[in-house]
Amino acid sequence: MKPNDLILQTVTKVVAFIIAIFAVYLFFAGHYTPGGGFVGGLMASAALVLLLLSFDIKTVQEVIPVNFRTIIAIGLLIAVVPGLFSFFFGVPFLTHTFGYFNLPIIGKTALATVTLFEVGVFLVVVGFTMTVIQTIGESE
Amino acid sequence: MTNFVIFPLLIPLLTAITLLILKNKIGVQKVISVLSFIVNIGLSAYLVQLVFDNGIQTHEVGSWVPPFGIVLVADMLSALLVLATNIISLCCVLYAFRSIGEEREKFYFYAAVQFLITGVIGAFLTGDIFNLFVFFEVFLMASYVLIVLGGTKIQLRESLKYILVNIISSALFVIAVGYLYAVTGTLNMADLSVRVSEAGQPGILTGIGMMFFVVFGLKAALFPMFFWLPGSYSAPPTAVLALFGALLTKVGVYSIFRVFTLIFYHEPQFTHEIIGWVALLTIVIGSIGAIAYWDVNKIIIYNIIIAVGVIVYGVTLSTPEGLAGSIYYLIHDMVIKGALFLLAGAIIVITGTSKIKDMGGLIKNHPQLGWMFFIATVSLAGIPPLSGFIGKFLLVQSGLESESYTFVAVLLVSSLLVLYSAMKIFMNCFWRAPKLTAREEKGSTKGLLYPSAILLAISIFLGVGAEFVYPYISMAAETLMDPSVYIQSVLKE
Repeated sequence: MKPNDLILQTVTKVVAFIIAIFAVYLFFAGHYTPGGGFVGGLMASAALVLLLLSFDIKTVQEVIPVNFRTIIAIGLLIAVVPGLFSFFFGVPFLTHTFGYFNLPIIGKTALATVTLFEVGVFLVVVGFTMTVIQTIGESE
Repeated sequence: MTNFVIFPLLIPLLTAITLLILKNKIGVQKVISVLSFIVNIGLSAYLVQLVFDNGIQTHEVGSWVPPFGIVLVADMLSALLVLATNIISLCCVLYAFRSIGEEREKFYFYAAVQFLITGVIGAFLTGDIFNLFVFFEVFLMASYVLIVLGGTKIQLRESLKYILVNIISSALFVIAVGYLYAVTGTLNMADLSVRVSEAGQPGILTGIGMMFFVVFGLKAALFPMFFWLPGSYSAPPTAVLALFGALLTKVGVYSIFRVFTLIFYHEPQFTHEIIGWVALLTIVIGSIGAIAYWDVNKIIIYNIIIAVGVIVYGVTLSTPEGLAGSIYYLIHDMVIKGALFLLAGAIIVITGTSKIKDMGGLIKNHPQLGWMFFIATVSLAGIPPLSGFIGKFLLVQSGLESESYTFVAVLLVSSLLVLYSAMKIFMNCFWRAPKLTAREEKGSTKGLLYPSAILLAISIFLGVGAEFVYPYISMAAETLMDPSVYIQSVLKE
């Protein structure tokens, strides 16, 4: 008998978004308060794992049609390549900089290039977690 | 340009990431990995010359001045080892083209090799002890992948042991670093050296130093800690085995050199005495193993242990010649172990077995392989025109000067046993009556011989061109003898 998981799936549809938004919040909070790419990435994969729990691997693969191994590679590239740009400015590898910008809606905001590195960390963590879970889940 | 030091580290890393993306295009993967190795050999050769002309090169990652940031330091020893690493891994990858098989290639084999090289080069170049740990983990993770890739039964069993031993030693490494940080309050090696010498290396620091010796001894397979190596190294395929045998234990040896010449060198009558005895016992155990087995791979694996013992003993010789001999022997041994494993792999491809007693008469159909193996054998034992000689000669000379006669005796006897064990392979596999005709052979050596020919050529060059090579080696030894040079170029005081 197929169990009826209507409640689980309905709750997931709401909660997964909340978790995803919390992950993004954690990610952006990382520079001044606790948070950052690692914990943000783990939280984002928690949202995806919740989807995997209430639906199945195939459905999640259709909803998010990406290969998570490629996500790992892209994350590594995003972490390393901005470091390379420091050579154009004649400073050592991974030298980061920041500046204040007046953005349209938010107003005066500090933007730091270290965020790009954190984006890389975020993507590697998400890609890694999902690869592990999907590989174990798919193997018979 | 101070940015130069980081390029030998960045190129394999970027290559590895590119290879992750190009998962199914095996042809492209091969081209990219060879190109990146060639570029990296050029860069690291230039780095060697740069260090030779201008002294120690540093790179302050992220513009943070040491001791606050991570600094990459290329002194002569690191630069030479980076160059050797690149050449050997190029040869192993060339060998893998013909031997590793599509099954493994499709599952990120070349990417894992590049990550391994990233970790090894990073460990050679870093000037920060926790960063050293991180690079250790980078190459260990890649080596876990390489040892288990393919998933045969023996690989699964041996990788379990390998991972278990290395996780324990890594945990010890973290604990040792934690103690060291608690006592000194810094992680930068140059700054550590200053603070340890200011404190005069009291008992607690000597204890921490011995913890580091245990950690690196586990990685380098020294006497009581070598038990994991013979089993684990008999599991992976030849190209991987050659990479491991030539590089991984040598990173442990390098770390022992770095830590005991730069940081913990104030109580030699305690630390260096223990290191000396452990090294001697390592040579003895390795020799016993090398003459006991009738298996091609096992014999060469025990020869790794002998060589590690010989090199590590060099730390305790407090003369520049002794250190130079040790470094010469280190580089010679990386090259010749790579060549020997690749040649032994070719023998196993032909005969389909690694048992010496099932082979015979290979010289009839494979004269090139036979004579190449012969040259590798005599070079390993240290016959004068070849590269093994000069290192051992310098070691014996400074052993006599510093009156460590036990070491000289053990070294000379072990050379004989090394020669016997390797000649046993040569005489039984290549001479005697042939056991297999040309038709019955299990595989062909097409494309398997030229990588080891490159390595043998380098080994001959190291021996014959000693006049050319020795200034570089002696510069490396002088920097090790005098920590103040290292400290000044890193901390710029």
